[in-house]
Amino acid sequence: MILDGKCPAGPLSEKWARQRHELKLINPANKRKYTIIVVGTGLAGASAAATLGELGYRVEAFCYQDSPRRGHSIAAQGGINAAKNYPNDGDSIFRLFYDTIKGGDFRAREANVYRLALLSNNIIDQAVAQGVPFARDYAGYLENRSFGGAQVSRTFFARGQTGQQLLLGAYAALSRQVKAGTVRLHPRTEMLDLVLVDGEAKGITVRNLVTGRIDSHAADAVCLCTGGYANVFYLSTNAMGSNVTAAWRACKKGAFFANPCFTQIHPTCIPVSGDHQSKLTLMSESLRNDGRVWVPLKKRDARRPHDIPETERDYYLERKYPSFGNLAPRDIASRSAKEVCDEGRGIGTSGYGVYLDFSDAIRRLGEDVIRQRYGNLFEMYEQITGEDAYRQPMRIYPAPHYTMGGLWVDYNLESTIPGLFVLGEANFSDHGANRLGASALMQGLADGYFIIPSTIAHYLARTSPGAAGPDHPEFRKSREDTEALAQKLLTIQGRKTVNEFHRDLGRIMWDHVGMARSRESLSTALQLIPELRNEFWENVKVPGQGKDLNQELEKAGRVADFLEFGELMARDALHRNESCGGHFRAEYQMPDGEAQRDDENFCYVAAWEFRGLDKDPVLHKEPLTFENVELAVRSYK
Amino acid sequence: MNLTLYVWRQKGPHAPGKLARYEARGISPEMSFLEMLDVVNESLIREGEEPISFDHDCREGICGTCSQVINGVPHGPQERTTVCQLHMRSFRDGDTIYIEPWRARAFPVIRDLIVDRSAFERIIQAGGYISVHTGGVPDGNALLIPKENADTAMDAAECIGCGACVAACPNGSAMLFTAAKVSHLAALPQGRVEAKRRVCLMTEEMLRQGFGSCSNHYECQAACPKGIRVSFIAKLNREFIKALPRGTNTAPPSPSHGTEAKE
Amino acid sequence: MRVLVTSQVGKKVLMAVSGQLMTLFVIVHMLGNTTLFFGGLNAYAAKLHSLLLLVWTARLLMLTALVAHVVPGIQLYLENRKAKPGSYAIRNSLRATFASKNMVWTGMIIGAFLIYHLLHFTFQFIHPEQGASANIDPLGRPDVSRMVLFSFQSTAHALMYITALTALLLHLTHGIQSSFQSLGLNTDRSIPVIVRSGFVVAMVLFLGYIAVPLIILLGILKG
Repeated sequence: MILDGKCPAGPLSEKWARQRHELKLINPANKRKYTIIVVGTGLAGASAAATLGELGYRVEAFCYQDSPRRGHSIAAQGGINAAKNYPNDGDSIFRLFYDTIKGGDFRAREANVYRLALLSNNIIDQAVAQGVPFARDYAGYLENRSFGGAQVSRTFFARGQTGQQLLLGAYAALSRQVKAGTVRLHPRTEMLDLVLVDGEAKGITVRNLVTGRIDSHAADAVCLCTGGYANVFYLSTNAMGSNVTAAWRACKKGAFFANPCFTQIHPTCIPVSGDHQSKLTLMSESLRNDGRVWVPLKKRDARRPHDIPETERDYYLERKYPSFGNLAPRDIASRSAKEVCDEGRGIGTSGYGVYLDFSDAIRRLGEDVIRQRYGNLFEMYEQITGEDAYRQPMRIYPAPHYTMGGLWVDYNLESTIPGLFVLGEANFSDHGANRLGASALMQGLADGYFIIPSTIAHYLARTSPGAAGPDHPEFRKSREDTEALAQKLLTIQGRKTVNEFHRDLGRIMWDHVGMARSRESLSTALQLIPELRNEFWENVKVPGQGKDLNQELEKAGRVADFLEFGELMARDALHRNESCGGHFRAEYQMPDGEAQRDDENFCYVAAWEFRGLDKDPVLHKEPLTFENVELAVRSYK
Repeated sequence: MNLTLYVWRQKGPHAPGKLARYEARGISPEMSFLEMLDVVNESLIREGEEPISFDHDCREGICGTCSQVINGVPHGPQERTTVCQLHMRSFRDGDTIYIEPWRARAFPVIRDLIVDRSAFERIIQAGGYISVHTGGVPDGNALLIPKENADTAMDAAECIGCGACVAACPNGSAMLFTAAKVSHLAALPQGRVEAKRRVCLMTEEMLRQGFGSCSNHYECQAACPKGIRVSFIAKLNREFIKALPRGTNTAPPSPSHGTEAKE
Repeated sequence: MRVLVTSQVGKKVLMAVSGQLMTLFVIVHMLGNTTLFFGGLNAYAAKLHSLLLLVWTARLLMLTALVAHVVPGIQLYLENRKAKPGSYAIRNSLRATFASKNMVWTGMIIGAFLIYHLLHFTFQFIHPEQGASANIDPLGRPDVSRMVLFSFQSTAHALMYITALTALLLHLTHGIQSSFQSLGLNTDRSIPVIVRSGFVVAMVLFLGYIAVPLIILLGILKG
């Protein structure tokens, strides 16, 4: 099936205005008759729930955390882009649009990305009005900094906690609506199933994580704002609880999953220190401005870094990319690190790490300057590793960080299931094959504050409110299925813990569907994942009971979904015979090792339809057409 | 290294709890404190026992979910560090470690080390925001904010809402948490409009939720993983005094179908 | 203004204001005491008692302050105890001091002492035969000096006063700086200064007060 993104016609810059004009409205008195479920309370979810509540809808907001303020958007450090052009350095909506679409390696929808750039400015205004304490200069104006390769300064920031501050802004707006009675919060509640009535999304089934109770909630539309799936790799920069369950179970109910193989691996994270490791910590990319990346020339060189003379060091990024050097883009820097480590030249006890050396910068600029620029990062590094990066080089390694893929949505953020809307990282829409720094916050908030309030009305206007209640047979069936699944997990009582399975899956995904993929590695993964999944269903040990607080059961459900989803990811990666953005296929590279995109055959969105575990998923394509930009080769030589 | 742990185990909110002894073996100094607990839990599961339940999520010190009192200090011995960022190199082989949940009436224990912090939600819901609608706001630069104010607001806004201040306070007071939000918004011109009403509503809610009052022990500041300062409590007090002469409308808002207020 | 008595912060404001008023009184009282060393206590007392309006205004004000301090103080103490049921198996104080944790107890000691002190020196129910109203000095004034000297020649009595004053020292060590915080009269920079100044004031008051029983007890000042 050829999918239609339903982008409005007309010139790029007028599409959104035109669309808003064409979308149906609901009169204020009728809004309160409609109930909308919002799952997830990160930037996308909190902003959507707050805004929809404000408009008069009855909103039911769900999150697995104990508070909506804790969604993982809170961990975003760097900033948020907007095309304000305050510094007068030549920025514009079109330039932000272009940078984003090029950064995404031309695998995103033009109309969506343009709308994102357009709305970026409103987000800043909204956040300021909410009291988000963005950095200001001495005259009291908003400050900007440059970020991730862009040639303009368009990133707004609140110290190193921009995500936190934006989320707290959205959370405040949400709290206001809770007080006003328009939004009802359901914290510590996890969505485990999507309920369809007559083919349309009409509710969800959830598990109360405190009591273990399985309940259904009926609504007139459902918004999934459930984030990304980087935890399929076990170790990632995501929160421990981040999962694919909501999205995957929606997919199993008929929502197509788009571009699952587009995952972003961030080059500067603190390396793994042992098997016990549960999570990876990101170090800001800005460190590469002054640090030099190197590994020893000799394999398995066990000498301390200071004892390795200059002549026996390989500054591989400077060697391979003389003009960009240590500032090569994320995907390239990550892949190069993997290459040298695979050659056996990695450092640290595990051999999976490279040095990020500040000694030259310290010699040139003095320790004080470095301390001023990166003091807090060096402190964080020392807290985690116990090493002083002023005295010895930092050890870094790439880590899964963000997933561009997600549930397929049209221009209105509606999935292939009518009434199911997907916002933020959970959808696939705006970042193509690679996301630029400081763009994730922008997308989550654009979707939640500004897009969904207009587009959801268009859907609701076609429905009559309160069509199905939680007593509808579909809801009852969903509850029974969910109960049965939990019971099944609890009765296996095998010998391996959930974490062990997750770790095993992570290793398969990282080794075979990670930074560099090949037909061979992906085929191996497609063999290993189902094997592991079968073993899981025979040998997993989940202690405790279902009708109780049971953190192992929560994890088991999530890992079970990752075990199914991982296969789709590998399949998508195998089918995409090209290298683009975060997807690098070893077979498809230029002679110099650069990614080789195939615009002729793969300039489309791959949306997968789930048809059961025993059947292959069906691939549907949404062709990408570029009317306003020219497809170019990314080169950073 | 090997450690002896005494961990608070409690089945449910109304069940009695007690400290249970566990041996943590083969712990490496690189592990974070929570990874050490992961190791203990894995072995408990293998032995067929119930693992220790504890709250955690981002494991990078920003979400504010983790909440453990370690040897009598919320978030453990290292200053300005959450439990998840605390590493085992802060301990020595053979150490005995006591791990307990936050203790305060307003934070009832749900299970083991997990407590219910929803009282914080209700304090924020009482007025911890600027009442602005989405859309229709002026340009971000229309309102100039002195850098000093923006910095002060940011200092206060760094609060991660973990509740260590309440756990540390001998009175179980939420003043530092409330003060951080009041100060953040009061430092900004857009937050001044509702400042008087806000401080009254939020402090009233604090009382209603069963938090104690501030005796100025300053334990909270010492325990705060983000270094929120008690001078913000002074700021809250100032805001409160400023609100006195006008008499603020703090009548209870119309009943909502939102989260029920707890007595 | 109702929030002053209903809200926790309001109560703390009341306590801070009343506490500061009482601290001022304690300072003036101590200055008055020093007249003993120069033999001017009787003259001072006579002068003071001739200013009836002043005396009674001060007494009423202090009584009000006392009520405004003690009532919310006890209410908050009970509320706080309820807010923190149970403690930790191991309790490690990071910043709280012995003084700050025992405000209610030092306050109680001071309160009990206050009653005794009033009965003793003001209403002179205790040892009335030595009371100032029962004895006239050569200039025809009530002999306050004699009453004081007689009282503190008893070791037990002097020690009781010294104990009470130690409680006052502790109470003020925390109380003075705490009152500035409760009134929001400090900033990051001034907090350490106020904490130190509060301690100095409390110490000076303590020394000034115990000087009286001490020098009498040690026999430096005799009748």
